[in-house]
Amino acid sequence: MTEFLMPSLGADMEAATVVEWRVKPGDAVKRGDIVAAVETDKGIIDIEVFEEGILQQILVPVGEKVSVGAVLAIFNGADQKSSKPPADPVEKEQPKPVPEPTQADQNAVPTPTAEKSTQRISPAAKKRAKALSVDLANVKGTGAQGAITTADVEQAAGNAKPDAMRQAIASAMSRSKQEIPHYYLATTVDMTDTLDWLAEKNASLPVQARRVYAVLLIKAVALALVEVPELNGYWVDGQFESSDQVNVGMAISLRQGGLIAPALHDVQGKTLDTLMAEFRDLVNRARAGRVSRAEFTEASVTVSSLGEQGVEMMYSIIHPPQVAIVSFGSVIERPWCVDGAVVPRKLMNVSLAADHRASDGHRGALFLNHVSQYLQQPELL
Amino acid sequence: MNRDQIKSVVLSELYSIAPELEDEDIATNTAFRDQFDFDSMDFLNFVIGLHETLKIDIPESDYPKLLSLSGCIAYLESKDLPG
Repeated sequence: MTEFLMPSLGADMEAATVVEWRVKPGDAVKRGDIVAAVETDKGIIDIEVFEEGILQQILVPVGEKVSVGAVLAIFNGADQKSSKPPADPVEKEQPKPVPEPTQADQNAVPTPTAEKSTQRISPAAKKRAKALSVDLANVKGTGAQGAITTADVEQAAGNAKPDAMRQAIASAMSRSKQEIPHYYLATTVDMTDTLDWLAEKNASLPVQARRVYAVLLIKAVALALVEVPELNGYWVDGQFESSDQVNVGMAISLRQGGLIAPALHDVQGKTLDTLMAEFRDLVNRARAGRVSRAEFTEASVTVSSLGEQGVEMMYSIIHPPQVAIVSFGSVIERPWCVDGAVVPRKLMNVSLAADHRASDGHRGALFLNHVSQYLQQPELL
Repeated sequence: MNRDQIKSVVLSELYSIAPELEDEDIATNTAFRDQFDFDSMDFLNFVIGLHETLKIDIPESDYPKLLSLSGCIAYLESKDLPG
């Protein structure tokens, strides 16, 4: 028998609300299966189990908020697979769920279903509700004549909470600036040939398979980190722990304000095609408020870009416990010296903010040089 | 496919990416990204949506023609789509 606990999804998290159970008592699960979704200040996170077994009992119903470490459910271990949970006398002595079942039901469906049929709702809101798995019975309409709008649906999905997200960002960034001695380095990369190379590749690909240049940036960062590993990992308990994988946290801005930085895992070993598909999927899910626990907590470095807003250079703040963040500005056509002549080239700034406790500027400079070299040899990516 | 039908397809693809736009006016001649949150991933999803709905090939070199509502309508009209 194992207890399935509310995981910690960040140093600032104290509690979260269970918003979905994907398994029911009697269901078999294996390591890595997503079994539930919880809502935190930063959106809805899918959480997985770490052991094989059979769900015996759910202790925290949908709608209930509990602290990190609280027992969410009880699983039988793999060796007890054949035994039916209710027949096992030992399991009968399990403590009852803390909340009374009737109260739990009320939590899950606070609004009488009768109101549903007369509820006005826009088609877009209906579509959004379906995408976000929001029960419309739980949504309070704020539109004309009480109609449910897409904003109401997102609010109900725990998706539009600028205040809570603001607090979470404030807390992480304050901690970073108080604890981490940042140093900053920057350089300029000539992207002309690489962007031509990319356009040529994309010309022969169907629209779904085309790559955006951000994917090249992500892969270049990952390969450069393999060569300068002291920028890839975590500062924990006064010392640096390097990460074997390069899990690149992607700073993604959300439509309702705020941002999150879920990770693409094991980037250094993946092809550009795989990364493109995963990147697109990650952005879409992040904006729909659905990322997994692993994506949410396991970034070993962060990549950020405000290039599309026309920003030429960023000086970013490290996301603790990581020790580095790499930022890209927009690509701008400028005069540039090539072989002794001034010619127009497409230039992009890249900057590194790194934790001086874990690395020195000399290594940081080496890292930026590697990024620059990889970006100018896209066939290596 | 006439102008109104094309406009309605374009708008419905935009709404599926940015549902909050449904209650707002979209300026015809202003680039999408200059009037609302619309980054390269949104644009990519938008082009993929047009491609899948209208069954047309949109080469990357044509992307600059699709940056605004009027641009999209003019481009898609030139494709002579069946109604």
